[in-house]
Amino acid sequence: MVLETKELLLNMGPQHPSTHGVLRLLLYLEGETIVNSDPIIGYLHRGIEKLAEAKTYTQFIPITDRLDYIAAFPNNLAYVQTVEKLMSLEVPLRAQYIRVILTELNRIASHLVWLGTHAMDIGAITVFLYCFREREIILDLFEMVSGARMTVNFFRFGGVAADLPAEFYPKVKEFLDTFPAKIADYEALLTQNRIWLARTKNVAVISAEDGINWGLSGPNLRGSGIKWDIRKANPYAVYNKLDFEIPTGQMGDVYDRYMVRMEEMRQSTRIVHQALAQMPDGEIKGKVPKIIKPPAGEAYSCIESPKGELGFYIVSDGSEKPYRVKIRAPSFVNLEALPLMLKGGLIADVIAAIGSIDIVLGEVDR
Amino acid sequence: MDEEKRAVESEFAEGDHSLWEDNPIVKKLREIFPEAIISISGLQPYPDELTIKVKKEQIVKVCQFLKDDPHLAFNYLSDLCGVDYPEREERFEIVYHLYSITKRHRLRLKVSVKDGEPLPSVIGVWQTANWHEREAYDLLGIPFEGHPDLRRILLPEDWEGHPLRKEYPLMGYNSDTKPD
Amino acid sequence: MVLVKIIIILGVILLVVAYLTYLERKVIAHLQVRIGPMRVGWHGLLQPIADGLKLLVKEDIIPEKADKWVFILSPIICLVPAFVVYAVIPFSQHFYLANINIGILYIISISALGVYGIVLAGWSSNSKYALLGGFRSAAQMISYEIFLGFSIIGPLMLAGSLNTLKIVEAQSGVWFIIYQPLAFALYLIAGIAETNRIPFDLPEAETELVAGFHTEYSGMKFAFFFLAEYANMMVVSSMAVILFLGGWKGPFLPGIVWFAIKVGAFLFLFIWLRGTLPRYRYDQLMRIGWKIMFPLCLLNIALTGIIYYLFL
Repeated sequence: MVLETKELLLNMGPQHPSTHGVLRLLLYLEGETIVNSDPIIGYLHRGIEKLAEAKTYTQFIPITDRLDYIAAFPNNLAYVQTVEKLMSLEVPLRAQYIRVILTELNRIASHLVWLGTHAMDIGAITVFLYCFREREIILDLFEMVSGARMTVNFFRFGGVAADLPAEFYPKVKEFLDTFPAKIADYEALLTQNRIWLARTKNVAVISAEDGINWGLSGPNLRGSGIKWDIRKANPYAVYNKLDFEIPTGQMGDVYDRYMVRMEEMRQSTRIVHQALAQMPDGEIKGKVPKIIKPPAGEAYSCIESPKGELGFYIVSDGSEKPYRVKIRAPSFVNLEALPLMLKGGLIADVIAAIGSIDIVLGEVDR
Repeated sequence: MDEEKRAVESEFAEGDHSLWEDNPIVKKLREIFPEAIISISGLQPYPDELTIKVKKEQIVKVCQFLKDDPHLAFNYLSDLCGVDYPEREERFEIVYHLYSITKRHRLRLKVSVKDGEPLPSVIGVWQTANWHEREAYDLLGIPFEGHPDLRRILLPEDWEGHPLRKEYPLMGYNSDTKPD
Repeated sequence: MVLVKIIIILGVILLVVAYLTYLERKVIAHLQVRIGPMRVGWHGLLQPIADGLKLLVKEDIIPEKADKWVFILSPIICLVPAFVVYAVIPFSQHFYLANINIGILYIISISALGVYGIVLAGWSSNSKYALLGGFRSAAQMISYEIFLGFSIIGPLMLAGSLNTLKIVEAQSGVWFIIYQPLAFALYLIAGIAETNRIPFDLPEAETELVAGFHTEYSGMKFAFFFLAEYANMMVVSSMAVILFLGGWKGPFLPGIVWFAIKVGAFLFLFIWLRGTLPRYRYDQLMRIGWKIMFPLCLLNIALTGIIYYLFL
């Protein structure tokens, strides 16, 4: 007798321990094998792009904090940079360095949240707490600088809101000196661990061609072997004065994406070190008109956020409010390729895959 | 409302657009598709702000060419979005942000469509267009022809209206403002 | 007299199981640079009691579409065998409940019943996550039950008896772990899988299946599953101590203290593993079981037999 098998539809989320927020996945299963999947998003849609049209340019800065809420500085930077491009504003060198330092620290913080949750999804709960221990130090630094731990609202058109406080420097030095040893700790728990390897190698593979075709960016695309980092390819701020490597993988599996992000944390540490050493004295804000009214026109500008290419497309009609703001959110595009990665895998691989593409729903849904 | 009265002549008021004519991308496109190009513009002096407006019938062809040509190699669709200009006859402008990972250059393509007029989908060129087009459909109500799965993406299936249209109130429709 | 013993053993086991949850939370907390429960009592010592009380008075939800009677029965099916097996475990030379000749067989067969509780719980909940959890545990526990059984044949051959007391007596000189290191390792792996602990906690892998087979359970029924899991951990540890580590034997201290120390060391190992390792995938777990562990078990039996026949 041949047993008849029936496709099982499993609704994963929006409330589920490892969908990283309010992602909902429809999984079509045969046993535990995934035949097809369909991500349903929008549960965190707040209409930020519509909101932008009702706010002045300056009023919109704090709202960008709420996009990728675990990496607020990069959001600020991408937005501020686009408006500066529209208005042809000059940003003093010291402000540029402050921006780079904070953005790179935020990249580390974001990667720490990714690593912690990703490892916890695969069952290694201890890594999660180790990561959050270090992230706490970074958040304290952010609080020192901006007064807020996550929603920092710190960059301004033409510069930054305030100079770095004096007590920031010893603290950040201390962090940078101890952090590489901490990365070694995480790696000791995971990188060579047989179970970790079994769970991540050859899982959720995406080839370089597919990755480009589906618009992947950031560590996800670099994991597939494409050496493309906007910080190097189209340098912004002062990245062309800093020396750092772009790690890449080969296979495009969960493990490669993991290795890329681990190395990126080390590289970010290097960048902050250099930036602190090179940072000149001087102004922290350039000449900016009292009322921000960019001339009619449009501009697109993007940065390498911790998740990938974060771009803002702003259309101005010459008034004090943007006519249209479109946010090119890396998580949104990265999530789109998830069904491709999942096909043929098991339920357990779904968890590994979601963790490895590092999405933040605040940015996906906007 | 104030917003609606705004002069929406964002058609790149300043800048000498003839400067763009020397750009190799423009030259190449002029050569291959002399008919398709409507206008060329872009904020100076940023080479990555090059903007080319093309005819909507030709959009898929142009995109395919831009992707396949070895010197242009626009293999990456960064972004696709719609902008609403209610007082124009062709009220929606769809903006494609192209990028070349190998050549490291950018290009902005634009097409205009009337309300309700279908626009050919570019999924055949870049798979990533799928969700972007769904989003434009969801938030602005632009139908894409040849899209395999055109559903709302950010809003629920039974949502009324398209929030990014200029006439859509900021706080959404309630019983008073709801159109019949 | 027997009744008194039963009450004492049951009471102590219940208390120990309750405090095992406390121990687990504290140990894991310190492994993870936290401090764990601190509020209820001195250093949170009353936490398990507070937890128990909370679970007792919590609303007990039975899903509308669940198979009601099976849903109610399965936690009991799960819990009872976990406690019944303590009847033949000798805590010391003189302190045990029953001395039967098939002690080990009894433990294995009774504790195998517990899997019914899990499968039925998964099925009766009428929830997809619970069902998948139930399937997983059925496959996992039945497979690993086999390896568990096979891995202890070695020491049983050396002891020449299934009686738990006699097995311990047979280790008066040298513990069986010296003779049977391979069997010990296999037993340990099978035991971890049998109790659904990390890295083999797939039936309740919370990041995949929410809570696996007990997703829909709440209140006291949930507590039953919880207690059963920890009671099973103790059974597996006790069996390891009896079979490989010489039971209650040890110098100076009374037997029961030695027994407690050895079991405690195993429990600590269980907790330590949870703090360190990620989780295997379902197909990998089955592959390890059937392709690696099973042949090794057979090899161990054959080797033990040959050496026993030739040299002893």
